[in-house]
Amino acid sequence: MERVPILKLGDILIVSIQIDLDDQSVLTLQEDLAETVVSRGARGVIIDITAVEIVDSFIGRMLSTIAAMTRMLDAETVVVGMRPAVAITLVELGLSLGGVRTALNLEKGVVMLEHARSAEG
Amino acid sequence: MTVPADAARRRIVEIFTSQEEPLLRRWSQISGAPIDELRDLHQALRTALVGDADLADVRGLLGELSRSRARQGYTPSDTARVVFSLKEAVYEQVEADGQTEALRGFAWLSRLIDDLGLFTFETYSAAREKIIIDQAEQLLELSTPVVKLWEGIVAVPLVGTLDSARTQVVMEKLLQTLVDTGSEHAVIDITGVPAVDTEVAQHLLKTVVAARLMGAECVISGIRPQIAHTIVTLGIEFGDIVTKASLADALAYALTRSGVQVKGAATTRVAVRAERG
Amino acid sequence: MSGQELPIATNGDVVLVRQKVRSVAAEIGLSLVDQTKIVTAASELARNVLVHAGGGRVEVEKVSTGLRPGLRLVFSDEGPGISDIAQAMTDGFTTGGGLGLGLSGSRRLVDEFDLVSAPGEGTRIMVTKWAR
Repeated sequence: MERVPILKLGDILIVSIQIDLDDQSVLTLQEDLAETVVSRGARGVIIDITAVEIVDSFIGRMLSTIAAMTRMLDAETVVVGMRPAVAITLVELGLSLGGVRTALNLEKGVVMLEHARSAEG
Repeated sequence: MTVPADAARRRIVEIFTSQEEPLLRRWSQISGAPIDELRDLHQALRTALVGDADLADVRGLLGELSRSRARQGYTPSDTARVVFSLKEAVYEQVEADGQTEALRGFAWLSRLIDDLGLFTFETYSAAREKIIIDQAEQLLELSTPVVKLWEGIVAVPLVGTLDSARTQVVMEKLLQTLVDTGSEHAVIDITGVPAVDTEVAQHLLKTVVAARLMGAECVISGIRPQIAHTIVTLGIEFGDIVTKASLADALAYALTRSGVQVKGAATTRVAVRAERG
Repeated sequence: MSGQELPIATNGDVVLVRQKVRSVAAEIGLSLVDQTKIVTAASELARNVLVHAGGGRVEVEKVSTGLRPGLRLVFSDEGPGISDIAQAMTDGFTTGGGLGLGLSGSRRLVDEFDLVSAPGEGTRIMVTKWAR
């Protein structure tokens, strides 16, 4: 099983998924991320899925779970870089990723988090 | 295979081999094909006849010939005649030979040529179908432009009847353009679309949802009363999808959403204060 | 047409199935979106085999209607089987603790979907995706 590295940039955590995730790695990432949000006091999480070729219901559920979990820990999650083919497939699959915020790319994801923060004041 | 049949085969192969030059000349004359092309075929066929009757090479050559003829616009008859005319050319040699063995051998060879002829025809029509499909795809590409309206705003003006396949192609192209240009707003303008069916309406809807999953917003503009009626009657849930009467309204909406201030939308005076970062 | 059989016994196998399906789908010329759809369906169905039957196998096969090439996947297991197929095909119905989109969702991702199952007799699901 491979581990997905979690990078820290200011108070944002960045996770860039570069491997073909098996279900165990997905669960591990979920746990690692929750722990890191708390230990590093992160206020935002960006999950970059630019390199991800498919998002099935298991990975989709991970994204929703992470978003809900980090929100509870006072950090906003943004999923960035979803490929068009992946988005079309998710819609067909019937997965709406409720509660997950998305942005076209990493840069826009960072902007989105900053906006969310300044809105909070 | 019985012994006499073997003798018949041997005899026809002998004729086929020994009379190569007159055979090729006559074959070329009847079929109208260049003699060099036929020489390769003759060679491959002879090898197959003498050897283990493996026709793979012959089929390979014939396939190539059929495909190139389909592309060059030859008729199916012209193409099939290249193969069938070999029979006539061989028969003339068989008659000159005058032996019964040769005649019986000819019947055997004739069946083989028939099979090859059918193969040629099949390859030819497959190649033609392929050409038609390719052209249809090219047309599809041509008829579906995705244009940039403003920094961060792209639009697809759809014109003409939308079928399911075309809608899918356009929508995939739109989503890809969002990624390539980093645009967060898209306008799908259907002013030029006379009618939509359930499937097309569903595709439009799915595209809007897919764009949202990617982090972009879509506005649909120019819905005709008739189409609005269809969508409502078919019970398709458009939900919270933003729709605008005209492309201009949709652009104004997208501009506002992306942080550009628009003063007096109808009077074309646009004061720009783009929000950076 | 010759197929290739892959085992589904671990989480890692599900990843291998996805990769195999992806490469064959690209080979026969499916569009990028169609590749993504069939790979996603394969992922869902392979996971189903693993979760509900504890393992099984999939056969990956190239098929053709003459002009249009296609990709056929046959998932089979000797698990407990499905007693109410109509219910299992409903969005949101789950016995595995998932989202309940595995069967119903993957049916929407493919062109042909054929499910044969009975309690105690395992499950066999055949899906096909044709090139456009």
